[in-house]
Amino acid sequence: MNPVNYLYLAALLFTIGASGVLIRRNAIVVFMCIELMLNACNLALVAFSRMHGNLDGQIIAFFTMVVAAAEVVIGLAIIVSLFRSRHSASVDDASLMKL
Amino acid sequence: MSFPLLTATAALPAIGAIATAAVPAARRTAAKWLALGVSLATLVLAGVVFARFEPGGDRYQLTESHAWIADFGVRYELGVDGIGVALLALTALLIPFVILAGWHDADPLETNSSRWRPTQGFFALILMVEAMVILSFVATDVFLFYILFEAMLIPMYFLIGGFGDRAHAGSDENAAAQRSYAAVKFLLYNLAGGLIMLAAVIGLYVVAGSFSLSEIAEARANGSLEMATSTERWLFLGFFFAFAVKAPLWPLHTWLPNAMGEATTPVAVLITAVVDKVGTFAMLRFCLQLFPEASKWATPVIIVLALISIVYGALLAVGQRDIKRLIAYASISHFGFIVLGIFAMTSQGQSGATLYMVNHGLSTAALMLVAGFLITRRGSRLIADYGGVQKVAPVLAGTFLIGGLATLSLPGLAPFVSEFLVLVGVFSAYPVAGIIATVGIVLAALYVLVLYQRTMTGPVREGIGGMPDLKVRELAVALPLIALLIFLGVFPKPVTDVVNPAVQHTMHDVQKKDPQPEVEAAK
Amino acid sequence: MENLIALLVAAPLLGAAVLLCGGRRLDRAGHWIGTALAAASFVTGVVLFTDMLGRGAEDRALHQHLYSWIPVEGFQADVAFQLDQLSMTFVLLITGVGTLIHIYSIGYMEHDERRRRFFGYLNLFLAAMLILVIADNYLLLYVGWEGVGLASYLLIGFWQHKPSAATAAKKAFLVNRVGDMGLSIAIMLMFTTFGTFAFGPVLGATGDTSEGKLTAIGLMLLLAACGKSAQVPLQSWLGDAMEGPTPVSALIHAATMVTAGVYLIVRSGAIFNGAPDAQLVVVVVGAVTLLFGAIVGCAKDDIKKALAGSTMSQIGYMILAAGLGPIGYVFAIMHLVTHGFFKAGLFLGAGSVMHGMNDEVDMRKYGGLRKYMPVTFVTFGLGYLAIIGFPGLSGFFSKDMIIEAAFAKGGTEGWILGSVTLLGAAITAFYMTRVMLLTFFGEKRWQPDAEGHEPHPHESPKSMTIPMIVLAFGSVFAGGFFSIGDRFMHWLEPVTGHDHGHAPVSAATVTAATMVVLVIGVAIAWAMYGRKPVPAVAPRGSLLTRAARRDLLQDDFNHVVLVRGGEHLTRSLVYVDHTLVDGVVNGTAASMGGLSGRLRKLQNGYARSYAVSMFGGAAVLIAATLLMRAV
Repeated sequence: MNPVNYLYLAALLFTIGASGVLIRRNAIVVFMCIELMLNACNLALVAFSRMHGNLDGQIIAFFTMVVAAAEVVIGLAIIVSLFRSRHSASVDDASLMKL
Repeated sequence: MSFPLLTATAALPAIGAIATAAVPAARRTAAKWLALGVSLATLVLAGVVFARFEPGGDRYQLTESHAWIADFGVRYELGVDGIGVALLALTALLIPFVILAGWHDADPLETNSSRWRPTQGFFALILMVEAMVILSFVATDVFLFYILFEAMLIPMYFLIGGFGDRAHAGSDENAAAQRSYAAVKFLLYNLAGGLIMLAAVIGLYVVAGSFSLSEIAEARANGSLEMATSTERWLFLGFFFAFAVKAPLWPLHTWLPNAMGEATTPVAVLITAVVDKVGTFAMLRFCLQLFPEASKWATPVIIVLALISIVYGALLAVGQRDIKRLIAYASISHFGFIVLGIFAMTSQGQSGATLYMVNHGLSTAALMLVAGFLITRRGSRLIADYGGVQKVAPVLAGTFLIGGLATLSLPGLAPFVSEFLVLVGVFSAYPVAGIIATVGIVLAALYVLVLYQRTMTGPVREGIGGMPDLKVRELAVALPLIALLIFLGVFPKPVTDVVNPAVQHTMHDVQKKDPQPEVEAAK
Repeated sequence: MENLIALLVAAPLLGAAVLLCGGRRLDRAGHWIGTALAAASFVTGVVLFTDMLGRGAEDRALHQHLYSWIPVEGFQADVAFQLDQLSMTFVLLITGVGTLIHIYSIGYMEHDERRRRFFGYLNLFLAAMLILVIADNYLLLYVGWEGVGLASYLLIGFWQHKPSAATAAKKAFLVNRVGDMGLSIAIMLMFTTFGTFAFGPVLGATGDTSEGKLTAIGLMLLLAACGKSAQVPLQSWLGDAMEGPTPVSALIHAATMVTAGVYLIVRSGAIFNGAPDAQLVVVVVGAVTLLFGAIVGCAKDDIKKALAGSTMSQIGYMILAAGLGPIGYVFAIMHLVTHGFFKAGLFLGAGSVMHGMNDEVDMRKYGGLRKYMPVTFVTFGLGYLAIIGFPGLSGFFSKDMIIEAAFAKGGTEGWILGSVTLLGAAITAFYMTRVMLLTFFGEKRWQPDAEGHEPHPHESPKSMTIPMIVLAFGSVFAGGFFSIGDRFMHWLEPVTGHDHGHAPVSAATVTAATMVVLVIGVAIAWAMYGRKPVPAVAPRGSLLTRAARRDLLQDDFNHVVLVRGGEHLTRSLVYVDHTLVDGVVNGTAASMGGLSGRLRKLQNGYARSYAVSMFGGAAVLIAATLLMRAV
C-alpha cells in the first residue's frame, strides 16, 4: 500500500482534531481532540519513517507518546480540579486570564 | 599602583548612600547628619582631585583602567580632564547645600501615617545620584558612561515621584497625581533619549571595535579609523538626541518645568544644577570628540535650536505664575547659552560654556534654594500669593535678589563672566546669532525683576506678615553660595586655568581655529 | 602714586560691604561710616589730582594693573585702571558731589529706619561709578556701567513698599538693559575687529579698520549711551526714576550716572571721529532729546519731574556737543561738570522744599516759599540763574560754548544745530523760570492734607543746607574758573583733542542771540505764571501740554506696543508650549496608550480564540515556507 495514503489519513485526523479543539466547549472533548492531533502527528511521523527508510520518525513518535502521556496526567488533573471548583467543564468559563 | 582617587570619590557617596539607608527608621536625625558628613567628605576628596589635577599636564589625569566585560571590550576606565574636574568639583560642592536645604523636606508629617515619608531614603537617593554623576564626569569608557547616564534616572525618578513639594495648590490626591505625572514624564523622556543613544553606542562599537574614548579618539585623529560620512552623522544624532533631552534643548524641554515644579526645591536644584549638566558635558566630551565632522555639519541647526531655547525659555519664564516653573524656564534659557557656546566652536565659546555650567549651577542653586525657603514659609508656589516680603524678611529678600541678579548675569557675579565669554565666542563665529542671544540678557532682567517685584516689594500681603527671616541653617546654605558667586565673578581664574587647556584639546579635536581679529588678519 | 587709584574704588566698596552686611548694630553709625568713606575717596582723588598737576600735560595719565580677570585663549580681560585728565575730572565730580550728597542725606534720611542701607547703596553707587570712569578697558567699564545700573535700581526702589517705586526701579533697570545690550554688542564688535577691548589698543588702531565697522561700533555705543543717559528713544525711565529719594535724584539722576553716556562717547572719540555717520546720529539724538526734555519739563507740575525733564534736555546738549567731534568734546565735558554742580544743587533745593512741605511734590501747591526757606531760595535761585545761562554764572559759559560749537560745525547742519540749541536755551529759560515762580513766588497755595495736617514750611537743618551752599558756589564760579584762559580746554585737550571748527558767525553774535532768547523765555514765563495767580489745579491745557504731561506719549506707546504686546506674546507662547510642544509629547504618550488599549482586547482570555490564532499563525508560516520554496 502506498504510504502516502497514511499521510492523507494523518492530515484528516489532524483536521478533525483541530476543528474539535476550536469548536467544542467541553474540556474533556477538547482534550480528546488534542490527543487526536497528537496521534495524527504520530501517524505522519511513522509514515515518513517508512518512506525514508530510517528510524528517526519512529523515535520521535515514541517521544511524542511519552509527552502525551504526561500531558494526559496533568491535563486531566487540571480539568478535574476545574470541574470541582466551578461545576462546569466548559473551557469558555475559565477565562479569568483576560484583563 | 597608585591610590584610585577617582573611584574613591565616586564610591564614598555610594557607600554613604547604603549606610544612610541602613540607619534605623527612628534615628532620622542621625541619617541626616551621616548624609551631610558623607557629602562633606566627598567634597574634601573632590578638592584633592582638583588640587592634584595639573592644568598643563596630560589630557586625562588620575586615570584608572580595569577590564570589566572582556567579551565586549568594555572597560572600567576613568580619567578627568579640565572640564570634568570643574564639573566634578561643582557637583561635590552643591550636594552638601542640597542636603542642608532639604533637611526637613522628608520629615514625616505628624501623625498622618498615610503620608509617611522615608527620610533615610531621601538622603540616600541624593547621595546615590551624586555618586553616579561624579562617576559619569570621569568615565572615559563610552559604555560605562552610558550605563551611568541611564542609571541615574532611577534614583531621580524616586526623588521626583516619591518626595513632592508640600506647597502644592491642589488637594493631596491632585498633588500626588501631578507628581507621578512629572516623574513618569521625566523617566520616559530620558529613557527614550537613552535608548536612541544605546543604539548609537552599539553602532559605535560595531564601527570602532572599542568603547574606549581615548582609543577611538586617537584612532580617529591618526586616520586609522575611517567613518563613512553618513555613519558618523547617524551616530552623532543618536548621541546628541540623548544629550539634548537631558540638557534640555528646545523642543525637548517640556519635562523640566514639570519635574522642577513638582519636586522639592533641593531635588529641583539637583535636576537642573547637577544632573542636567551631564547632558551638556557629554556634548563637549562625546559629540565633539568622537564625531567632529558630524558636529560641524549639525552646527547650524543646533545653533538655531539653542537660540530658540534662549529666547523662548526666557519669554515663557516671563509668562509663568509659579515661582519654580519660572526658574525652570529660566534654566532652559541658560542651557541654550551653554549649548550655543559649545557649538560656536571657538575657545571663548567653549571655555565660557564650561564656566557657564559651573556658574549656572551656583546661581540656580542660590535662587532656587532661597525660593524654596520662601515657599516653605508661605506654603504656596504661586507668585500672586506673595508681596512685600522685603519688609518682613529683609535678609531672605536680599539673598533672593542676589540669586536673581546672578541669574540675570550682573557683572561682578560669576555668571556674567561665562555669559559674556559665550556671547563673544558666538559673536566672533556667528555674529547674527550673537546679537540674537544678547536679547536673552534683556529678557533675563525682565523675568528676574518682575519676579522680585511681585514677591518682595509693595505692601505686605495677607499671609506674609510675621514671616520669619532666614534661620541659621538656611543662612548656611545661602551665604556660602553667594560668596562663591561673588568670588568667581571677581576672580574666575582658578576655574578658567583648569578649563582652558581642556578646551584647547577639544578645539584641536574638531580642528577649528579661532577667527582672527580683523585688524590682525589684515596685517 | 598709581597704587592709590585702587583706593578710590576700594573705600566706597568697603563702605558698601560693611553697611550692607553689618546688620542692625551699625544702624547708629552707618551714615557716618558711609560719609567718611566717600570723603576718603574724595581726598584720595584730590591727592591724585595735585600729583597729576605736577606733571607735564603729556604724561599725566596713570595706569594700575591689578590682576588678570578673565584669561581665556585670545581673550584677555584685565582689572586695570587708567587715570587720565578725563577720568580725573569725573573722579573729582563724582567723589566731590557724592560726598556732599552723603552729608545732605544724613539730614534728609534722618527719620528713615533703613538709613544705614541707604548709605550702603550710595557707597555701592560711588564704587561702581568710579570703576566706570577709571577702567582702562571697555569690559571693566561695562562692570561699572551695570553696577551703577544696579545701584540706581536699588535706590529708585528704596521705598519698596510703594508699588510705584518698585515699578519705576524695574523700568529703569530694564530700559538700561536695552542700552547695555548695545554696549555688550559694541564690545563684541571690538573684540572681533581689534582682538582686544582695552582703550589704548582699540582707540589707537581705529585707522586700521573700515568705516563701516567703526560706524557699527559707534551706533552700538550710542545705544548704550541712550539707555544710561536717558536719551530718546530710551529716555522714558528717567521721569519715573524720580520715585527715589531726592538725594538719589541729585546724585545719580542728575549729576553723575546719567552723564555716563557722555563719558562713553567722549572716551570713544577716536571711534566716532572715524565714523561721521555715527556722529550724525549722535547729534540728531542729542538735538531731539534736547527739545524733548525741555518740552516735557515745561508741562510737569511735579517739581522733580520738571527737573528730570531739564536733566534730559541738558544731557541732550552734552550728547549733541559730543557728537560734533573734536569741536565739542571739551565743551560736552565742561557742561557736564557745571551741570553737575547746578543740577545737583537744584535737586537738593527741591529736596529741601519737599522736606519742609511734608513731601509734597506738586508745584501748584507751593508758592511764596522764599519767605520760609531763605537759604534754599538763594541757593536754588543761583542754580536757576546758572542753568538758564545768566551771564557770568557757570551755565552761561558752558552752554554758550556748546551753542557756538554747534554753529561751528559748519554748513546747513551747523545752522540747524545752532538754531535747535538756541531754541532749547529759550525753552530752558521758560521752564526753569516757571519752576522758580511756582515754588518761591506768588501767594501760598498749600492746603491741609486729607488728615488735616497743614504743612509748616521751614528751613532744613545745616547738614542739608551746607551742601546746597557749596554746590551753589560751584554753580556760580565753576564756569568762569574753567573759561579763564581756556583752562579746561587745555586740561582736557591732550585726551580728547580739540578743533575750533569754522564758525559762520562771531562768538559775540552767538552770545547776543543767546541773551535774546533767554530774555524771551523768561518773559513768557513771567507773563504766564508771574503776573497772574496760578490755579491750584492744572488747567486742561493745549494738546501739546497734555501730551507733554504724559511724556509726549512715549510711555503710552511703550505700554501699548511693548507691555501689552509682550504680555500677549508670552501668554500665547505659554499656550503654545502647553498645547503644541508639550502636546506632541503627551500626544505620543496618549497614542501609545490607545494603541496598547486596542491590542489588549485581543487577549480575551478564551483558550479557544488563542487556539485559533495559533492555528492561523501555523498555517501562515507553512504557507509562507511553501511559497518561498516555490519561488
